[in-house]
Amino acid sequence: MIDLDQTDRALLHALIDDASQSAGALGRALGLSQPATWRRLRRLRDLGVLGTPRLVLDHAALGFGVSVFLGVKLATKGRVSLEDFERAVTAIPEVQTVEHVLGLYDYRLRVVARDIPDFERVLRRRIMTLPGVGNVEANVLLSEERRPGPI
Amino acid sequence: MLDDVDRRILRQYQAAPELPAADLAQRAGVTASTLGRRLQRMHSLGVLRGLRAQVHWPALGYELEVSLRITLDKTQARAFDEFLAAARTVPEVIEIQTFLGVVDARLSVIARDLAHYQQVYRQRILTLPHIADIEALMHVATLKSDEALPL
Repeated sequence: MIDLDQTDRALLHALIDDASQSAGALGRALGLSQPATWRRLRRLRDLGVLGTPRLVLDHAALGFGVSVFLGVKLATKGRVSLEDFERAVTAIPEVQTVEHVLGLYDYRLRVVARDIPDFERVLRRRIMTLPGVGNVEANVLLSEERRPGPI
Repeated sequence: MLDDVDRRILRQYQAAPELPAADLAQRAGVTASTLGRRLQRMHSLGVLRGLRAQVHWPALGYELEVSLRITLDKTQARAFDEFLAAARTVPEVIEIQTFLGVVDARLSVIARDLAHYQQVYRQRILTLPHIADIEALMHVATLKSDEALPL
């Protein structure tokens, strides 16, 4: 495990707000030279702390009015391999995230759709037809906040 | 509002957010000046909100991620607002979502290990206001997480 100092933390906060900033701009905001900023950024990347940044898009403006989280329980564990389910579910374009979890459900999926009828189409044609799928629970996303976390 | 060229640019951009502009223009099949103009326009329309750094928590020693599915006591008129405001003050909470469905809200909580999780859960989560029920899903693996839109 690695230790971050105050400057690393400030750098991470700045990048969570806007990862398109250049090392020069970040350095100016934090009172660091461009080479010093560059070295810190490289260290954070090399240590695996910073992954590939993500584009933040206005889903509704792009025609995706609904996001739904699905809890999926497999019906036939043992008979259908987890790999079959995982391969099929990750290939569905409307499925944005797939997480394997322990608890009430086996998988947690995030699905985008244009509207509720479009979501119903994805659910019936793509999700319910997955190999081994059993009980499915749906929760429609109303609001979402990403927090900076303990840095 | 957006045409096929915009969508093509966004499709390539979300697949490789760190690509230099010249390469991105080439992949999208447009000139560098068209790319710049289109991105600028999508920024000003609010479709493209920016680029957000992704922190890889295990690299900072946070090995556990737990999804807490929460049912609120909705007989209290201000249950949602007060719960959300209090949840924002917990540093280990990295995502807050609200839903229409079986559960009312979901918190993503990270912790260094089980002992640390137990401490956060008892001292910071169970003390949040208006909770009627909590279910936990322990995160095992992420199989897909790009959150790309099927543009």
